[in-house]
Amino acid sequence: MIDPEMINQGMNLAAIGRKLRMLPLALALFAVPQLAMGQAPAALAPAPAASVAAAPAVPATADPAVTPAAPAAAAPAVAAPVNTGPGAAATGPKVAYSADHFTVATGGYTPMKPTAGKGMPVDGGIGFQDQYSPNGTYALWMHNTILMPVIIAISIFVLGLLMWVVFAYRSARNKVPSKTTHNTMLEVIWVAIPIFILVAIFVPSMKLLAKQYAALPANALTVKATGNQWYWSYSYPDNGGIEVTSNFLKEKEDAKPGERFRTDDDGPRQLASDNRMVVPVGEPIRLQTTGADVIHSFSVPSLWFKLDAVPGRINEKMLFIKVPGVYYGQCSELCGVRHGYMPIAVEALPRPQFNAWVMTHSGGKIDGAPATAPAPAANAAASAPSPAPAG
Amino acid sequence: MATTADHFQAHGDPHDHAHDGDHKPAFFARWFMSTNHKDIGTLYLIFAITAGIIGGAISGMMRAELSHPGIQYLGTFAGWLGVHNPSFDQQLHLWNVLITAHGLIMVFFMVMPAMIGGFGNWFVPLMIGAPDMAFPRMNNISFWLTVAGFCSLMISAFVPGGVGNGAGIGWTAYAPLSTSGSQGPAVDFAIFSLHLAGAGSIMGAINFITTIFNMRAPGMTLHKMPLFVWSMLVTAFLLLLAMPVLAAAITMLITDRNFHTTFFDASGGGDPILFQHLFWFFGHPEVYIMILPGFGMISQIVSTFSRKPVFGYLGMAYAMVAIGVVGFVVWAHHMYTTGLSEDVKMYFTTATMVIAVPTGIKIFSWVATMWGGSISFKSPMVWAMGFIFLFTVGGVTGVVLANGGIDDNLQDTYYVVAHFHYVLSLGAVTSLFAGFYYWFPKMSGKMHSEFLAHAHFWVFFVGVNLIFFPMHFLGAQGMPRRVPNYAPQFEHWNHFASMGYLVMASSMVIFFVNIAYAFIAGKKAEGNYWGEGATTLEWTLSSPPPYHQFETLPVIGDDHHH
Repeated sequence: MIDPEMINQGMNLAAIGRKLRMLPLALALFAVPQLAMGQAPAALAPAPAASVAAAPAVPATADPAVTPAAPAAAAPAVAAPVNTGPGAAATGPKVAYSADHFTVATGGYTPMKPTAGKGMPVDGGIGFQDQYSPNGTYALWMHNTILMPVIIAISIFVLGLLMWVVFAYRSARNKVPSKTTHNTMLEVIWVAIPIFILVAIFVPSMKLLAKQYAALPANALTVKATGNQWYWSYSYPDNGGIEVTSNFLKEKEDAKPGERFRTDDDGPRQLASDNRMVVPVGEPIRLQTTGADVIHSFSVPSLWFKLDAVPGRINEKMLFIKVPGVYYGQCSELCGVRHGYMPIAVEALPRPQFNAWVMTHSGGKIDGAPATAPAPAANAAASAPSPAPAG
Repeated sequence: MATTADHFQAHGDPHDHAHDGDHKPAFFARWFMSTNHKDIGTLYLIFAITAGIIGGAISGMMRAELSHPGIQYLGTFAGWLGVHNPSFDQQLHLWNVLITAHGLIMVFFMVMPAMIGGFGNWFVPLMIGAPDMAFPRMNNISFWLTVAGFCSLMISAFVPGGVGNGAGIGWTAYAPLSTSGSQGPAVDFAIFSLHLAGAGSIMGAINFITTIFNMRAPGMTLHKMPLFVWSMLVTAFLLLLAMPVLAAAITMLITDRNFHTTFFDASGGGDPILFQHLFWFFGHPEVYIMILPGFGMISQIVSTFSRKPVFGYLGMAYAMVAIGVVGFVVWAHHMYTTGLSEDVKMYFTTATMVIAVPTGIKIFSWVATMWGGSISFKSPMVWAMGFIFLFTVGGVTGVVLANGGIDDNLQDTYYVVAHFHYVLSLGAVTSLFAGFYYWFPKMSGKMHSEFLAHAHFWVFFVGVNLIFFPMHFLGAQGMPRRVPNYAPQFEHWNHFASMGYLVMASSMVIFFVNIAYAFIAGKKAEGNYWGEGATTLEWTLSSPPPYHQFETLPVIGDDHHH
């Protein structure tokens, strides 16, 4: 610690000789950028999925036949309670609805059966769950292609250095310790290389954040998830304000007589709920979260989605599901006694089936469709041309 | 600063009462009214070991419950705490009490008292050539406040806290779960325990800062201080700046709970997220408070057993200062999912990643210190090398978690549990054992068994890796923290981790056998039992050192080679 060389840094031949002894360590550190460079081309690879915000944004008036004007009756119902504070996603222009946006599947709605291993953990799994959202695919790619190789390389590199010093500088082999305490070159290298690696991580990291905060179309379907002690409730302000309460499903042996219990069609033990949050697949959803009592957290690992449900606030984030399916999660903020008994099940259906699910609820209506009963307020605001439901 | 030290020298007692130094007070006065830094350090260590046994037993209870899906043992555990035939909800509440107690005990009553109160008290004065701490009576109050805090936390487990007894709010005590979400006095007792421990820590910090700035022996400039003293100086500043923020936050919790204020209640104009900002403004520096003294100890140990001065001393000292400074501006990376804006998340991602640079300096400087050395693998050195590797593993998963976008899937999962146990349970605790074996003979005067210390290391190393490495897998697969029951898909690695706990627990048996061995049959320790590599001032004294040391201050010459 108290070291005269520190004070007297004069260079002399002996010191240069000592510095040369550090050369292997310097060379080893030089090897690290090669590892990082190996990752660099990957960083330039195209993002696996286009950002949702980049979806063709058609001006709302361009094609009134398929692009209904924002239903004035629905919009304020959503906008009013939203805290457009820091937690709210940006709002972009309206986008055209898909061709079957107003199609209602015949045959009504039957709950989808989960697929084993999809949207849920797998037995003894060691990696992330498979991802079913564009941002999840990008995040998983970033983790697996950039972060994992870097952290494994660093760990093995440090382990290798330790093993080498254990071997080479054990007292039996190296009786006389060197007194080297400085090597400016080496110290510059081990500051510079970590910075270089961090910059390589920084770029995709910022890109991922930008994707996650991409603006939502103004007419995206809004779903509001409310965390309660200890269940989730989901409301659909754009669909006639329908409400769904989602409770934990007990095992058969724990259920009271006559009480519904979990079957494998509901989902895995501890993850299944009686009523799922049903959403359309393939379109951006404005998912809002809030807490009714304490803080909860809405989390679906296979969609790379987690957003706290805080009482007194509404948080908002885009949810986009690429593939129909049932995706499971759990409350992820300690919320009291039954924190571990607050499952989340998201069922993503094609639009017509989603519409059919909406219509099973009294008062349910397809988002974007004009109010069926001509309410005066809606008429007054609806100066835009009346859209004809497609299909 | 050198001037200050010179002045102190001018006031130093020139008379050398060679034997007066060993006049010890009687038992009660010595241990209950102690003003001697070494006795208080010993008390802190005994206290930390006691708290560690309790906190470690609680983790055993948790690992037992988690070894299989379903609720198996919580009812039994409730019976141990005096609640017979607990309802299902009471059993689940007990789970939350256990996780809360484990976190609070390990952070505030095990790692901090051992690092700062124990080794800091013992060796900061010895290493800077001071006779004692600057404020010996305040030192005494610091210790007994910590004990009182621990008692308050223990009481909380036996008074109502909602559905059952005890505070089930997590060590983070997020509002509104800790306010409107938990009825009964248990949470108040738990919060008050933090007030007491926090007050003790603030006084300790003032004591260390004053001691280090004013009581260094003549010639011991700041840039000649051993790195352990540097680490304690940085730690003391972190404590001094962070602890009052915690005190403010939990005081607001208390008033929200009892006096109808609404600091953290949106319905009264408050904000639950405000509590998280305040808590983590304390909480992030807190993790460096727990690890920086470990960094200091590892530097001493690596230098001693390589028989080589620390490589890049100034870089090492200022890397710790940099870690301390940057540690204050990264707190919201604990809050990525609370609804932060894009810019805020980008800032905290960037700032957090920056910490990897000074941490890297430390890791590489330790390796460079060993490079070219003549290394003897005594037990402290083996523990120190274990620390360097385990801390690296915990550090790199920190780089993963630093990315706000990646953290969206890992926040509040077992991946986070794995990460912070790698840096704390495997990092800080490993450095504590390294420091313990390094200094135990100095403190006790008895040599421990090197064989048992090595056995302790290897069994511990295997055990903790078995416990915590699979938790990365569980977290990536989506298993949330703080749940007593889980989907069957998570059983494999949970069972694995629970078996690892048994391995780790058996290593603790070896540890206690080793201590018993040292006291019963240990050889008498010489003054400098590690030989020529050990160059700091504590090695110039006998083992154990005299009751009062350095009555004549040592003078550190310019050529003094530490």
